[in-house]
Amino acid sequence: MARDIKRYRVRCWENRLESWRAQPAVFWAFVLPGTLWLLLFFFVPLGLIWVLAFGERVGPVQIDITWTFANYLAVFDPVYVGLFWRSVWVATVATVIALVMGLPVALAVSFAPERVKPILLLLVILPFWTNILIRTYAMIAVLRTRGFVNFGLEYLWLMGKAFLLPFGLDEIVMGERFEPLSLLYNNTAVIFGIVYVYLPFMVLPLYATLERLDRSLLEASLDLGAGQIRTFFSIIVPLAKPGIVSGIILVFIPALGTFLISDLLGGTDSLLLGNVIERQFKAANHWPLGSAMSFVLLYVTFAILALRAWLISREEARARA
Amino acid sequence: MLGRSPLGPLEYTRRLWLRSWLAAVFVFLYAPIVILVVFSFNDSRRNIVWQGFTTEYYVRAAENASLIEAFTNSLLIAFVSTILSTIIGALLALGLWRFRFPGRAALDGAAALPIVIPEICMGVALLVFFNRVGWPTAMPWPLNLAPIIIGHVAFSFPFVAVVVRARMAGFDRSLEEASKDLGASEWQTFWNVTVPFMKPGLIAGSLLAMTLSLDDFVITFFTSGPGTLTFPVQIYSMVRFGATPEVNAASTVLIAVTVLLTVIAVRWQRPDKEAAKLG
Repeated sequence: MARDIKRYRVRCWENRLESWRAQPAVFWAFVLPGTLWLLLFFFVPLGLIWVLAFGERVGPVQIDITWTFANYLAVFDPVYVGLFWRSVWVATVATVIALVMGLPVALAVSFAPERVKPILLLLVILPFWTNILIRTYAMIAVLRTRGFVNFGLEYLWLMGKAFLLPFGLDEIVMGERFEPLSLLYNNTAVIFGIVYVYLPFMVLPLYATLERLDRSLLEASLDLGAGQIRTFFSIIVPLAKPGIVSGIILVFIPALGTFLISDLLGGTDSLLLGNVIERQFKAANHWPLGSAMSFVLLYVTFAILALRAWLISREEARARA
Repeated sequence: MLGRSPLGPLEYTRRLWLRSWLAAVFVFLYAPIVILVVFSFNDSRRNIVWQGFTTEYYVRAAENASLIEAFTNSLLIAFVSTILSTIIGALLALGLWRFRFPGRAALDGAAALPIVIPEICMGVALLVFFNRVGWPTAMPWPLNLAPIIIGHVAFSFPFVAVVVRARMAGFDRSLEEASKDLGASEWQTFWNVTVPFMKPGLIAGSLLAMTLSLDDFVITFFTSGPGTLTFPVQIYSMVRFGATPEVNAASTVLIAVTVLLTVIAVRWQRPDKEAAKLG
């Protein structure tokens, strides 16, 4: 019903649009700069690497377009397939952690009293005003062997040892020396960094849907005897699904293509797709392979977006039925 | 004040576990930045343990000519890119909002693409583009920033278009019609009716464009020519050499500048809101 009204409104709106023929000069002045910019500096460059992906490197700078599939086939080489799965795996784990961390935050912000809400929202958005490189760099001081997480753990270790000392158990339980955890330069550090950088991307769409949630449904669920946990999983989560899907996409896609975070926080064995693409265009100088890899990443992105569109249309069909 | 009345079933924000969760997430988000800022004042070359307060590294960063050049360049890039993105984005939003034309849906969808695709794809595509079209690499100073600015505008203006269109959705078209009925020209109507209504959207959009430009690393990294110094790329190479307090000091300055510019922009928007309330 609500959908039908919305459609009707959209149709009315479409009818109110002016035909471009009525004011061609104004129309072109409005639409031309954006269209040209998009065409010249977005679609033409993408088209170039699409073509380049079918090229063959014949010299250091010379690339012949032979319409070969060799570059795409090279992407499916065992070395790169492992790399691709690692990227997917790292991005998936980071997205799940961000969702688990972000959902309670979004819930707390949307149910906060009106005067606290803008402050909490600002606190979620504020890290965006810091350059991504600086935020990633800030992570290094936290995670390294002599970093703050290890300092904290060492402190806890000393406390535990002091506590166990009177029982003579300190050496047995806590060991002789504190062994700092190696938190930096591995996959864990990369996942940690992705969650840190992209968490606001998860919280904001979740907040946007939870904010519009009909509170009376929650009250009804609680009145009818469902507990808070059951209400959360059977009412809040299903209703917040559009926000959850948007949040997942907004974190997963940049996480899949990240190269800075894995470059600074990852070790030699935690290279991701983004790092290898960057290498093909800089150090390794193999543009056709890099282009093919970029397009694999793009096709995956398009597949995710298509999946989302399909999910939305299915939901709509179900809502109409 | 809080905690006096009994806890309501939907007052999630007052539940202890949720509050602790919220606090923990904010510590997670802010602790690294706070540590970074604090350690920019650390009197130690190795910068691991606190040794004492100093502003020496700010002085050093200020004396680092290439860092200053990079900083100026990045601010100039952000400035020009913000202006261009705001104009192009707002015009496109108006075009899509006002006119019916063949390919409208396609243009609408295409303009959203730079928002969703992974940054690295756009970065390498622009690298190849500027290389292949034979863009001159050895240009004099402000012109050598053109590729970076072009890249920044390409990924920022779609965001501006989204924001401005959201604003225009609440616009009553009859105001424009009234203006024209009363004898105003298309141009006068645009400046005196449409633009004033659009203003909050323009400010929000330009703020977003500025943030995107100052926050960007990937596009800048791939589009800056060999001799072009930009702040993120400069910091990147410094970080690769090792984490020194100088990097912290330079980062702190950029954080301060970004926050300051945003606060100014938000303040600047406020009188407008007050006026709307009065009117």
